[in-house]
Amino acid sequence: MLKKEGEVRIPAGCAISGIIDRKGNRFSGSDVIQSIALMHDRSNGLGGGFAAYGIYPEFKDWYALHVFYSSVDVKNKTEEYLNANFSIEMSGRIPTRKVASIKDAPIIWRYFAKPEPGKLISSEKTEDDYVADAVIAINSTFPGAYVFSSGKNMGAFKAVGYPEDVGEYYKLDEYDGYLWTAHGRFPTNTPGWWGGAHPFTILDWSVVHNGEISSYDANRRYIEMFGYDCSLQTDTEVITYLFDYLVRKKGLPLKTAANVIAAPMWEEIAEMPEKERKYYTALRQVYSSALVNGPFSIILGYTGGLMALNDRLKLRALVAAECGDKLYLASEESAIRVVCPNPENMYSVEGGVPIIATVDGEV
Amino acid sequence: MRYFTSEFLIERNKDRCINCGACARQCANEAHYIDPDTGEVKSDETKCVDCQRCVCLCPTNALAIVKNPNQTRENANWSQQAIREVEMQALTGGILLSGMGNPKPYPVYWDKILLNASQVTNPSIDPLREPMETKTYLGAKPTQLEFDENGNITTEMPPMVELDTPLMMSAMSFGSISLNAQKSLAMAAKECNTFFNTGEGGLHKELYPYADHAIVQVASGRFGVSKEYLNKGKIIEIKIGQGAKPGIGGHLPGEKVNGEVSRTRMIPEHSDAISPAPHHDIYSIEDLRQLIFSLKEVTRYKKPVAVKIAAVHNIAAIASGAVRAGADIIVIDGFRGGSGSTPTRLRDNVGIPIELALAAVDQRLRDESIRQNCSIVIAGSVRNSADVVKAIALGADACYIGTSALIALGCNMCRTCMTGKCNWGICTQNPELTKRLNPEEKYKKVVNLLHAWNHEIQEMMGGMGINAIESLRGNRLMLRGIGLSEKELEILGIKHAGE
Amino acid sequence: MKKVYAVEELCLNCRLCEVYCKTAHSVSKNVVKAYKFENPAPVARIMVEGNNSHSIAMQCRHCPDPACVNACITGAMQKDPVTGIVTPDPNKCVGCMTCLGACPYGVIKVDHMAMKCDLCQGMDEPACVKNCPNNALIYVEEEEMQ
Repeated sequence: MLKKEGEVRIPAGCAISGIIDRKGNRFSGSDVIQSIALMHDRSNGLGGGFAAYGIYPEFKDWYALHVFYSSVDVKNKTEEYLNANFSIEMSGRIPTRKVASIKDAPIIWRYFAKPEPGKLISSEKTEDDYVADAVIAINSTFPGAYVFSSGKNMGAFKAVGYPEDVGEYYKLDEYDGYLWTAHGRFPTNTPGWWGGAHPFTILDWSVVHNGEISSYDANRRYIEMFGYDCSLQTDTEVITYLFDYLVRKKGLPLKTAANVIAAPMWEEIAEMPEKERKYYTALRQVYSSALVNGPFSIILGYTGGLMALNDRLKLRALVAAECGDKLYLASEESAIRVVCPNPENMYSVEGGVPIIATVDGEV
Repeated sequence: MRYFTSEFLIERNKDRCINCGACARQCANEAHYIDPDTGEVKSDETKCVDCQRCVCLCPTNALAIVKNPNQTRENANWSQQAIREVEMQALTGGILLSGMGNPKPYPVYWDKILLNASQVTNPSIDPLREPMETKTYLGAKPTQLEFDENGNITTEMPPMVELDTPLMMSAMSFGSISLNAQKSLAMAAKECNTFFNTGEGGLHKELYPYADHAIVQVASGRFGVSKEYLNKGKIIEIKIGQGAKPGIGGHLPGEKVNGEVSRTRMIPEHSDAISPAPHHDIYSIEDLRQLIFSLKEVTRYKKPVAVKIAAVHNIAAIASGAVRAGADIIVIDGFRGGSGSTPTRLRDNVGIPIELALAAVDQRLRDESIRQNCSIVIAGSVRNSADVVKAIALGADACYIGTSALIALGCNMCRTCMTGKCNWGICTQNPELTKRLNPEEKYKKVVNLLHAWNHEIQEMMGGMGINAIESLRGNRLMLRGIGLSEKELEILGIKHAGE
Repeated sequence: MKKVYAVEELCLNCRLCEVYCKTAHSVSKNVVKAYKFENPAPVARIMVEGNNSHSIAMQCRHCPDPACVNACITGAMQKDPVTGIVTPDPNKCVGCMTCLGACPYGVIKVDHMAMKCDLCQGMDEPACVKNCPNNALIYVEEEEMQ
């Protein structure tokens, strides 16, 4: 029998795109849809998705939980849990339009929620930890319920289908954000499950990823030591958790986290001046199991910025371009030129060297 | 009368034998001799142990050692070996002793595990074109690094040692093996930037130049242990147990304790060196902690302390306890591990396979979130580079090789180490025999072996699309079982081939 | 010049150097034939002295001022001015054994004519060195040895 996503690990190839406005000006999802649409042939209709930041300014202090339910029954059970553990400001169906190619939709619900104050205090956790743990708990203990977005003032939108159809389906042209990432998926073996599409998120971290990492199980078994449960068995999930662990839980600067995940080669480290050599040696010694091996290009989105990163051998394509306040990233140059025909500069992202773009000021 | 016949026959091809007598002069067992009446070379097969020394040296390939076709009546239950052992004990009234590791046909899980390779969805990596990293650091790692406001690391790093290859030489003491053999291993360890292990035999002064590549062992007899000794080595290893003989100590007979051995072990010449079964200052886990920390104190916390335990039934809990007691490196020695001399019944019946022990320990330490607090090194019959790759994918940081290293030095696995008549100069203290092992020549063979394995490890890693050994460590998805039961797969934490 | 040196601590008394020397100085260059069939039988020019505890291989030292050359009554024994190798000229040697008596090392044999180590001229290295199982014979420049 064909196993469902999460029961078996499925390798996938992909296309990714990302656009950020470094002044924090918000713009609609149309550009990113157009960019990812151009790379239609890099996906196969078995998964597409987007992450958008700055789209819920009116609810920016609430965690926006986007949830897939397989049945009303599951929804009722999960909501019992949510109601017990969260104060929910508002909830409702995520608006969609009819698109011919998008079929078999689950129930897609959205909640703007805060941790229930009493429970939060007695849990002795930070707000973020509380929410992250609850998300992991729902995803691993409520079969048929899947929280696919849980950050503040951001949201992930994904489905089984081509990404441009997914954007149309979720009416993303009607949302405005300062940062958009997109993903078109080419899984090699999957019955197609909505939760398996990218981006993968935890809190406000979102990852779109192209590649198949060969270190998957080494990374998974490492990160699972620290309370994560890699229920989806996808590369993207484990990369997201690694960043969440290193940056949010362990306080590593984002660039340092990138230096862990795509660490410099020992022979490069040997050539460095003493201070740096010690620094990078310590990183590799302590976080060796967080090294991500094999081909990947990722765009990591978070509140106020993004980071693009290629594996250290540069085994996957990723191109960057700047134009005014905007920074564009895509798997192919053409996918940038289609929305920004004459960028000021365009370059290939170097293997293992992170590109970080942040928004000036509050978002 | 003799109750059993010789195990082997020596076939001498008379058309080829030139009566040069090299075999006769080289056989310490006196299985060959020159007939004083005729000047012809003859053989007495009852003394032959099939060490192959004569076969290898014979300039005309005139010799072959073959299995004696004269057998007891075939019996699936009472094998000739079983009958012979009873006869032997009836004759001697003693405990049976054996050399080398468990030879019984227990499952070898390495041979029931298959490796993965990249096809299409991600690229394999060519180690001839791309860097392929096998550098490994052993020792406890902090769970996290702390940074100051400028992003500098403020965490004080615990002591770790660097290996260029995840291969080290197992503990084999001077006494159990010859100084020449140990020196060869030490020289190879230095050249390959890895480690040899003194075993419980102290560190001979001649090996001081290699001390930076020495793991100094502290075992229950405490032979050769001094402040100087502890500070000379790079790693200190507390030996609790040995895979070939879990639960018992060791016994180096007085005849092997010559002047050099006695000085190195710090015991009187010709006295038996008896290592007690337990450490008499470790009757429980909290005692182990005290020993670990007294060793750390005496070396000013500059050296990782390893604890070597034999793979026994409750290995996962014991390993966890040892980590919590402060061990920086856990060494697990499987039941196929070698020995210079061990009671046959223990060797063949006590302990569990290293593959299962390793899988259980690695998973247990992860379940307890303390895997980071130690390195795992395994020993106990790592026969080739594929075994190493599988061990690392199951969760090991590095592997000890003992028997393989001895084979590189010339050992032909005749398994009569306990007789002290090793014709290859390895497991003997007889100067006529030890000089047969020329370190300057033989160490290069060990270096070759380590290089060859490291190349093969890189090839296999590259095939999997992995270019750093840490991405292989614990990466059990790269493994599939073949012909294993659900339970075995569950313990190994791997899927079956085809899944 | 390059000479063969014996390392006493490494010599195993296996005497394979003798076997291979004899073969190298045979007509057939085959061990079995050299020992069993050739007539006249070839002769080894290297000899191991001692027993399993202490042994050492002996052969011509190719002395700078060889006693054998000085003693030779026919001028057969000569030191090659270029290579330094001391060999008897079989056409001149009469087998008088004067060289044998003169050699301070006892490494010349005489059977109708003088026979001694010629360092296996024509081979990469002498057969004894090549075939020693314990590297107890080494073939190096004199200066290196000092």
